[in-house]
Amino acid sequence: MIELRNVTRRFGTTTVLKDISLAAEEGSFLALLGPSGCGKSTLLRIIAGLDRPNSGEVILGGRDVRNLTAAERNVAMVFQSYALYPHLTVAQNIALPLAMRGRSRFERSLIGRWFPASREKQQEEIRRVREIADQLGILPLLERKPSQLSGGQKQRVAVARALVREPSIFLLDEPLSNLDAKLRVQMRAEIVAPNRRIGRTFVYVTHDQAEAMAMADKVAVMLDGRIAQFASPRELYETPVSMDVAAFVGLYPINFTKAADWTALPGGFRLPPGSLPQGKQVIIGIRPEHLFPDPEGPVRGKLVRMEYQGAEVLLDVRIDGGTLVKAVAPGDWQRAEARGDLRLSYLPRHLHVFAAGSGERLELARDGQHEDERATTCG
Amino acid sequence: MRLIDRTRAEALANLWLAGPATVAVLVLIFIPVSIVALLSFTDYQFGARSFNWVGFDNYLILIKDPQARRAITNTIVYAAIVIPLSILFGLLVALGLHSVMRYAPRLSAILRAAYFLPVAATLVAMAVVWQMLLHPNLGLVNHLLAAADIRGPAWLSDRGLVLYTLAVIGIWQTVGYNMVLFLAGLAAIPEHLYDAAEIDGANRGWERFWTVTWPMLGPTTLFVVVVTATGAFRVFETVATLTRGGPAFASDVLVYAIYREGFVYFKAGYSSAITMVFFVFVLLFTLAKFRLMESRVHYR
Repeated sequence: MIELRNVTRRFGTTTVLKDISLAAEEGSFLALLGPSGCGKSTLLRIIAGLDRPNSGEVILGGRDVRNLTAAERNVAMVFQSYALYPHLTVAQNIALPLAMRGRSRFERSLIGRWFPASREKQQEEIRRVREIADQLGILPLLERKPSQLSGGQKQRVAVARALVREPSIFLLDEPLSNLDAKLRVQMRAEIVAPNRRIGRTFVYVTHDQAEAMAMADKVAVMLDGRIAQFASPRELYETPVSMDVAAFVGLYPINFTKAADWTALPGGFRLPPGSLPQGKQVIIGIRPEHLFPDPEGPVRGKLVRMEYQGAEVLLDVRIDGGTLVKAVAPGDWQRAEARGDLRLSYLPRHLHVFAAGSGERLELARDGQHEDERATTCG
Repeated sequence: MRLIDRTRAEALANLWLAGPATVAVLVLIFIPVSIVALLSFTDYQFGARSFNWVGFDNYLILIKDPQARRAITNTIVYAAIVIPLSILFGLLVALGLHSVMRYAPRLSAILRAAYFLPVAATLVAMAVVWQMLLHPNLGLVNHLLAAADIRGPAWLSDRGLVLYTLAVIGIWQTVGYNMVLFLAGLAAIPEHLYDAAEIDGANRGWERFWTVTWPMLGPTTLFVVVVTATGAFRVFETVATLTRGGPAFASDVLVYAIYREGFVYFKAGYSSAITMVFFVFVLLFTLAKFRLMESRVHYR
């Protein structure tokens, strides 16, 4: 259980975090998603206790932890750079948090470590380290130094060091961003698994929307020091609250086409009559994967470029009115030439409508019947 | 068609890059050292037209002569004081200035310059200042002691005290240099390691020091030890300007003995023998340190 109330953080004159409030239930997997410089790492450091907010409250497990240090908050953290101690072996790295908490200063000292009480605790630490190393498949690496490990192995050691004790909350700061693409996808599952198994709250910072969508129960999209939207991955994708969120979430960048008025949409896009207030400037957004070639489609344009990607074909189409949009065709879509006239189709429910000035989402007053019909029938 | 193939071209380039320095090292260091090694087995005197081979005589004198033994023990005592203390103080000052830098960068910079001053200043000129400060009757140090009702000793002419006085000046001179090296080492420690240590429960200053700072300073410390040790064994300027090895050879050290025997008494052979002893000293010390510490500080 974690809750932030009106957290604000300033560095000099720049305000990095502006009035952040959010809450996550015990055992949930929360992602802080945003471009670099949006303040997500600062927010994580504030939760950890490595940084203090200028105002606002941090509540962990029902307790205001504002004045507690990171160690007192009992958080575990995985760093982007792994932050392994280069002079210690893998086993010593993983055991360090146990030793620091489990043994007194005397029991850790050069003399004290030979006393029976300390020896017993060390045996227990070794047992625990081996157990966690076994789970993460790094048992053969325990005697190596971090400099002898590959990026993926270091990553696992860093995760093991976080998992080895029983912290109140797990914090992960872009833990996968230094890995290659394949390993990244594989490690996603390995990080989600302990969250399901031990039922502790995970807070995961990332700039990769695919990671956030794939791993998190709830995602807080952070833009410019604010939480733009805090919702489940599905809600983020289907009903983004603003153009900025819509642009940030999704595999392909969303298409925006400006319309002077809802009655004069460009390139053959149509909206059900009466679904929008009259005389309002709007911007239509549609994701490339929702825009597909259809000989009968309402949107007319010219194919400019196509990019074959195996499973699908990415199309650049200049629609009537001049806007360039991206569309996605299935991988087996064939076309004699990469240029020329092309008609595109879409489902009306995939259209996102935003106010032209503020970029906020406008809800369509839908009357159900259009839901699953082709847009061709709308006009 | 190339005139020479690629590997040969690279070999030539390597030779061109490393060659001149290698030649210089050979001509300016290895050959002179060999000549000195040969001379140490002769009774050669500067300016003489001939010399005789005397075998190990020079070395035997060195071992038997109490005056020479004095120079050796004095050098060891001096090094034994200066090496650990100047490293310790250098580290303490660096730690202090490094943390002051966070909230008072200007003050930290001023203090850093002040500590570095003895390194940058000419030691001979500084020795004059020390002589004035330590003068038994007129010096500031004894005046201050007198104000506290303590009768100050004759710092530079008391046989039992002079070596320790010189050691203190040696420490004063070296601390600044060690501090700068340690500051560079501290600045290179990644901040996230301290974050990790704090998360892991090492949140007290002492625990942070032993978990992160000290191990991460390993390579720096090795370098500082080597540089400080060679510097301490080579002590000369303060001895030459302040005491000339006196009183009664109480502050005689190896390099000063080399200078005196070679350039005052022109006993080139004997002087060469002392030089060889000094050379072997520093060589053994440096080798031992690298053997013992190298593998432990780089964490590979």
